[in-house]
Amino acid sequence: MSDWLSPEEWTAVRLSLIVATTAMLASLPFGLAVAWLLARGRFWGKSILDAVVHLPLIMPPVVTGYLLLIWFGRRGPVGQFLDEYFGIVLSFRWTGAVLASAVMGFPLMVRAIRLSIEAVDRKLEDAAGTLGANPSYVFLVVTLPLCLPGILVGMILCFAKAMGEFGATITFVSNIPGETQTLPSAIYTFTQVPNGDAGAMRLTLISIAISVAALFVSEWLARLVGRRIAVE
Amino acid sequence: MNPVIEIAIRHRLGTFELDASFASTGRLTALFGRSGSGKTSLVNIIGGLIAPTEGRVVIDGQVLVDTQAGVFVPKHRRRIGYVFQEARLFPHLTVRQNLLFGRWFAPRDATTGSELPGVLDLLGIGHLLERRPGALSGGEKQRVAIGRALLSKPRLLLMDEPLASLDEARKAEILPYIERLRDEIGVPIVYVSHSVAEVVRLATTLVTVDQGRVTACGSTGEVMSRLGVGGLSGAVEAGSIIEARVAGHDEDYDLTRLATRAGTLQVARSAMPPGGRVRVRILASDVLISLGPPVGVSALNVLPGRIMGIGERATGGAVELLIDCGGEKLLARLTAKSVDALGLAPGSAVHAVIKSVSIEGP
Repeated sequence: MSDWLSPEEWTAVRLSLIVATTAMLASLPFGLAVAWLLARGRFWGKSILDAVVHLPLIMPPVVTGYLLLIWFGRRGPVGQFLDEYFGIVLSFRWTGAVLASAVMGFPLMVRAIRLSIEAVDRKLEDAAGTLGANPSYVFLVVTLPLCLPGILVGMILCFAKAMGEFGATITFVSNIPGETQTLPSAIYTFTQVPNGDAGAMRLTLISIAISVAALFVSEWLARLVGRRIAVE
Repeated sequence: MNPVIEIAIRHRLGTFELDASFASTGRLTALFGRSGSGKTSLVNIIGGLIAPTEGRVVIDGQVLVDTQAGVFVPKHRRRIGYVFQEARLFPHLTVRQNLLFGRWFAPRDATTGSELPGVLDLLGIGHLLERRPGALSGGEKQRVAIGRALLSKPRLLLMDEPLASLDEARKAEILPYIERLRDEIGVPIVYVSHSVAEVVRLATTLVTVDQGRVTACGSTGEVMSRLGVGGLSGAVEAGSIIEARVAGHDEDYDLTRLATRAGTLQVARSAMPPGGRVRVRILASDVLISLGPPVGVSALNVLPGRIMGIGERATGGAVELLIDCGGEKLLARLTAKSVDALGLAPGSAVHAVIKSVSIEGP
């Protein structure tokens, strides 16, 4: 296998997997919280929150990337703050690629989780309450397990989006081999050099394989969970 | 004796206004009325699922709601079990996990000692423990739901038409379990129903609700005597259900003898072996009343009893009577003219002549 791909190509594949997995796991708690607020919350500005969450889905990715650069770049207001107080630098680092792909995948994750929370029968939560469970316990042992299929779907969607994210990533953190060059960026680079077709094709096949594998895993998990909670 | 439950509330739901107050000391208090009369809202207020606009709810001496004093105990701290119309079992948990759900939150020193083996035995659900709710029949689900509520060690059990979504056979399957609950477990029950048969069979205290208002409250016999069942429910097929044991067969005449608390009944030969338990239904319109032991009548089944209550005259001139026959309650429907001609009054000793008995199954 290692003969088949050059070390640089391997690095891009590995980096992509790391970035996508980190983006998926890091956005999960926020995704759950926002999905919960949108599904159950009643507060002023709910539609604004809804719109903001969905913005990356409808804006050109380059615009998202550019906005990230302005805010989270070295001299951006948030970037400066993170650098000064936490020593976290995002621009032109792999962590920045994580942020870019997490932001792009976030609306997909929130949508899936929100739908599954809305589908949970509130009557079951009432029943748990009359049995003595306080609201946070009801969430943990009734609501959360019942929307597990939706959470899994949201995670896989976010992962797949992060694997394929290109525009925002290249705008925000550029295309540095070994640091921010993910699979799509590497494919793009191959298409820009003479005789790069074979490399582009190899990475394309790998990209397809990873996407299909993710799809199968999500189907399998959903069926596993679905059987456990077969709703009456 | 302190009332088990004391409630006086006003609650507005859109254009519907609930304005209800009653107190009950009964082991099983039935809230009886048409659908849409506000019964379910009333139990939801007791259970803490709805906060009333104003009023007080006191259970067992503890104030759960008092809008004037700003008291509202949330549902998970009320220790009130709730059996809903649909079982509402948790689909992602096994029957055992469902049953034990409330145990995590019940106080350890709770005095109402409902432990798992006892409850399994009481409800006959021991063989279902490892199944998931999706694989249970409607009757089984409802029994598990009752067990789950009991095991949370409640001090009051609310049951909101627990039989409404079941067919007749399943209802007959569960009714005896509810009777055992009432008689063997020390937890008072508030039971919502619009079925005369259920109320007559189960209730010790009867609260009637109509258009958001409590129209009567008292012991079952007394309330029925004041209001009349027919007029309230509009139930044409009002009747009584009696628990019976097959005592033996009369081979000569192809009859089966059934022993009941009220006396012996004879019905057409059934395949049931002697000793088997059955339930029989007697329609109110199939019961005649005789002042003395009847002579020269063709009916085989005559039960002595005492009138507990006489209903009010309904449209059509029919009056319903509740008769206590050795502890079983029998409904009879007569014409107002017959009631007057016989001079019937609560307390009168009578004989109920039964024209027809149908077996409801074990």
